[in-house]
Amino acid sequence: MARINPIDTEYFKDERTSDFNVIGTTVQRSDARGHVTGRTVFFEDMMLPDLAFVKMHRSSRHHAMIVDVDLSQARQVPGVLRVITHADVPQNWYTVLRLIGVEPNDEPVLAEDRVLYLGEPIVAIVADTEAAAIEGAAQVKVTYSDLPIVLDVEEALAEGAPVIKQAGTNYFVYEGHHARRIRFGDVEKGFAAADHLFEWRYSSAPIEHAPTETTGCIVIPQGGGRLQIHSNTQAAFFTLDNTALILDRPFTDLQVKGGTVGGGFGGKVDVMVEPVACIAATLINRPVKFVYTREEEMQVSSPRAAERIYIKDGVMNDGRIVARKVMLYVDAGAYSRHTPYGTTKAAAHLPGPYTIPNVYADCHCVYTNRTPSSAMRGFGVTIADFALESQMDRIARALDIDPLQFRLRNAYRDGDLKAHRKIASGTALIEVIQRAAALVGHDLPEEYRAMSSSTPRGA
Amino acid sequence: MSARIVNLVVNGSRKGMIAYPETTLLTGLREALGLMGTKRGCAQGACGSCTVLLDGEPVVSCLVPALVVDGSSVQTIEGLADGNDLNDLQQAFLDGFATQCGFCTPGMIMSAEALLARNPDPTLEDVNEAISGNVCRCTGYERIVSAILDGAHRRRTRAAATASPEDRDALSPAPQPTEATS
Repeated sequence: MARINPIDTEYFKDERTSDFNVIGTTVQRSDARGHVTGRTVFFEDMMLPDLAFVKMHRSSRHHAMIVDVDLSQARQVPGVLRVITHADVPQNWYTVLRLIGVEPNDEPVLAEDRVLYLGEPIVAIVADTEAAAIEGAAQVKVTYSDLPIVLDVEEALAEGAPVIKQAGTNYFVYEGHHARRIRFGDVEKGFAAADHLFEWRYSSAPIEHAPTETTGCIVIPQGGGRLQIHSNTQAAFFTLDNTALILDRPFTDLQVKGGTVGGGFGGKVDVMVEPVACIAATLINRPVKFVYTREEEMQVSSPRAAERIYIKDGVMNDGRIVARKVMLYVDAGAYSRHTPYGTTKAAAHLPGPYTIPNVYADCHCVYTNRTPSSAMRGFGVTIADFALESQMDRIARALDIDPLQFRLRNAYRDGDLKAHRKIASGTALIEVIQRAAALVGHDLPEEYRAMSSSTPRGA
Repeated sequence: MSARIVNLVVNGSRKGMIAYPETTLLTGLREALGLMGTKRGCAQGACGSCTVLLDGEPVVSCLVPALVVDGSSVQTIEGLADGNDLNDLQQAFLDGFATQCGFCTPGMIMSAEALLARNPDPTLEDVNEAISGNVCRCTGYERIVSAILDGAHRRRTRAAATASPEDRDALSPAPQPTEATS
């Protein structure tokens, strides 16, 4: 444990209580003994002699109308028990976050008349063996009529771009608006008064979580007709509620068992395997396993969204940022999943932990014909932070100001009014920078060492 | 081709399992013998989660057809502890916080067991090389590497304590410095 710096109790001394009995001590993880002995039970760790398997036939196109689906050969594969299409899904249209009021339901469990991304599920095969399920899925023959594709967030919003979403726009509508917006002060006046203007573009690629345990579940029909779902979901109640709504069955018909996740990182919060596995298990009245192959995990499980961010700053000679404008585009891919929420998080994070009197931002949740993106560790915030802090470093370099001093000059403090019209409280950026500077031997002048989050600006 | 019986010695016990041509050592251990400690991560030999010792050698069991290992000896994560007493490596992983989600842990420990069996006093580079086929996506490598070095030291110390005095110096050199992970 020698790597960890001891807690410096000098900071925020007045706010500390002296009766911490866990912080500062070493506590054994409650699950570690199971991990090192191989006794931890993951969803797949059960012997079920009559287990059946689900495999998916997926879209080979980014965007196309489905002209014909021929299931005749798939049905003839020895071992294939059932072929499941959208007609077998009681409530085929959903969106995960409808549970917290997000609408519309923009995603089908299984594709109906069209596909919006490469790898979109179309037909599920249930078979006696995994090999038969794979062969059955391969024998589904789909005829497509290709549609124009959009793979870039700004192209998707450009005039004349093909509209790929049935709701009518290639962006998520936030309370009647094209984006999640911030309007604070007058950013153009701020730019006009500034000594310097800096504008740069930042972009990121999608990032796959690649957990060592792939997304999956086993569904076991109970004697009374209830379904027991053993899942590695990170969101047991999202799964329970969305699955019940998709099945059009009472929530009490389902029992989700889980909580042990072989790597999630946000990649297991969508509801991707349980609904189809439940339908399959109900149809054949046998336990069913639906687990992604490594290829599926890489190709069709939701990644962290790609983002493109433009930041324009107006800065005074003394290093004060007086105006910041951010145009932010999050690539949701073909369907909403968690991205409308992630984009709101990005807006909530702007303009970074700095007090800037004039702020303007449009945060767009954009649909493209890419794999739907969703949650991943700090989604919305992580890439915005990459852009914001890169911007801070570049401005500091351009003005030949020490990058830590530049941040300290602009750091928010308790009592500051943030761009969201909330009063900042519990701020600690100044102290964190001071401590970090001390730890790496970066000397700060006295005026910066004397700064404090609890001392009002200019006091 | 129909099913056949494959005879193995698993963690010291005689076991017979029914295997099909497509049965791998991994699926046989899990689905026929119920030994669920060995994990399926990629089923294509890339992640190391399914590592077991086959006649003492580390293998990715997802790539080993069960039918070709008839008569072999297999060691899995379940065979390491003595009742409730963890072995040195398991205890070092526990004490060193070298587990996070736990899915890579069994494969990681089996790769480390293979290393210590052929080299009781590994260097940092030896450990890195030994677990180069084991993926930890929680990225806990630093603690895993430290735990393996610590487990090796515990094992040498214990061996020295039970060895004859003249063997002790050879068995228990000074502990490995671990600056590279600090």
